[in-house]
Amino acid sequence: MPVSNKTAAPLQVVAETYRLRLYVAGQTPKSILALKNLKHICEQHLQGRYEIEMIDLFLNPQLAAGDQILAVPTLVRRLPEPIKKIIGDLSNTDRVLVGLDLRARE
Amino acid sequence: MDTRKIDVEAVPSRARGAELTKAATGIRGLDEITRGGLPRGRPTLICGGAGSGKTLMALTFLANGALLFDEPGVLMTFEENAEEIRSDVASLGFDTDALVAANKLAIDYVRVERSEIEETGEYDLEGLFVRLDYAIRSVGAKRVVLDTIETLFAGLRNDGILRSELRRLFRWLKEQGVTAVITAERGEGALTRHGLEEYVSDAVILLDHRVCDQVSTRRLRVVKYRGSHHGTNEYPFLINRDGISMLPVSSMALEHRAPLDRVSSGIDALDDMLSGKGYYRGSTVLVSGMAGTGKTSLAAHFIEAACRRGERCLCFLFEESPAQLLRNMRSIGIDLEPWVTAGLLQFHAERPSRYGLETHLVTMHHAVADFKPAVAVIDPVTNLMTVGTFADVQAMLTRMIDHLKTENITAMLTSLMPGLTAIERTETTISSLMDTWLVLANDDVRGRHRRGLYVLKSRGMAHSNELREFAITDGGMNIRYPAEAPANSPGVWRFEEGAGHASL
Repeated sequence: MPVSNKTAAPLQVVAETYRLRLYVAGQTPKSILALKNLKHICEQHLQGRYEIEMIDLFLNPQLAAGDQILAVPTLVRRLPEPIKKIIGDLSNTDRVLVGLDLRARE
Repeated sequence: MDTRKIDVEAVPSRARGAELTKAATGIRGLDEITRGGLPRGRPTLICGGAGSGKTLMALTFLANGALLFDEPGVLMTFEENAEEIRSDVASLGFDTDALVAANKLAIDYVRVERSEIEETGEYDLEGLFVRLDYAIRSVGAKRVVLDTIETLFAGLRNDGILRSELRRLFRWLKEQGVTAVITAERGEGALTRHGLEEYVSDAVILLDHRVCDQVSTRRLRVVKYRGSHHGTNEYPFLINRDGISMLPVSSMALEHRAPLDRVSSGIDALDDMLSGKGYYRGSTVLVSGMAGTGKTSLAAHFIEAACRRGERCLCFLFEESPAQLLRNMRSIGIDLEPWVTAGLLQFHAERPSRYGLETHLVTMHHAVADFKPAVAVIDPVTNLMTVGTFADVQAMLTRMIDHLKTENITAMLTSLMPGLTAIERTETTISSLMDTWLVLANDDVRGRHRRGLYVLKSRGMAHSNELREFAITDGGMNIRYPAEAPANSPGVWRFEEGAGHASL
């Protein structure tokens, strides 16, 4: 879905670095798609001020409880606070932007 | 790894008559009802309304597994926080911290806040599986409790994904070979609010907390137990500081000891009527009669005799206060106060309407456990009948009497009969539990009030069949021997064979 820059009203005036964590469970089509979608959105809206950390719960199961992960893929915005969570393959860009507070909830 | 991995549902021809292996809950009564416990290696659904005790029952299953059966457990809780769980379990007498430290219990607190979560696109609940798997491996769990997983319906928007994932989860639990308990909220017109019974179909236990006439009673019913026999009735159960317990009346094994030694009734003439030696120790004696026939006096003799032997005596009063009883008995020459002072006699006076049956039973159990009496008196047991339905009262008394017999406590229950004709109706419910049944009767003959007493039944002894006249004097009950009977009115009312009540 194409994103028009006119409707994207950034809420954060200060250009903070976004620290994002993407939880997946194995290299599934869903997790690959989620990462692809996430990278695309970040390049579009957070260029130069984001970090993506990917965690495969099959390799690090003990990390699931800390961020209260149930669903995968789950994207967690660790910074800026407060922590935000977006679950799913991130295929709806508008909702991801809303979830990351990059666009006001309508 | 082993045959448990095979989904039994997919295997149509299991050996005929072979019962499932079971995982004992350690909950007294429940294991009897279910003939050994929950289906091993399968999920069981425990459903009930708020406050019905489903979480406590699930936690007991886990804690008993870890403590009694060397089966470590995993608790995945979707509702409470660590502190609440700890205090819940502590209220049952378990120490979660110690269990966790001993690697016998793993707890995972799952929190889902719908407002914090945005959903976009496809997902699954593999994270939940990962966490559960991790917890199971960390302690080598054999038991798993999910309490209450349907909370996820409030946390996640996509019902379709959730349902298919729950189906997968329960299948996965079976594959792991763990015995799982899933709690769920009771739904309207359905067992559970979100239809979980559709996914967990091996065993379903329904808990109920009813308030009837402002009195609360907890009940349990095994709705379903695939591949196993089970009791189908509703069973009352209790939650107290000792945990959960229930009385499966119909499946109760009768295995009380039958001591041969005897205890005096406190009245020589009555002992004589009971083949000369009085009651059997550990037996249960019912004394019934209309108002003012001397039931409490008979009990007072029994209490005094016990105290004289140096035995501890516990007395539950549901009508009089201890002070009233002491005063009244002093008037007939029985002074019980010194025994109270000496610590041999203890009273528990309670208005029957004050608590539900369940609570009465609990209180009485605790009193018995604390005081460890040799003799117990309930005066009058009929006042408890106002508290619940007949069936409930019977179940409760059965349980109480069962407990007293197990502890080898000789018990006397007095029963107030509304009238002579009512004897069968009001008392047959409990009479079969009684070893000895004494009946007190009055009549008026030629302007003279007579008091009589007879032994309606007394198991295991040759007892008198005579209706004896007695007087209540300032020296206590004075039962006349036939020879002492005044010539004009026979002191002995012959009890006609076969004409009266059949002695059971």
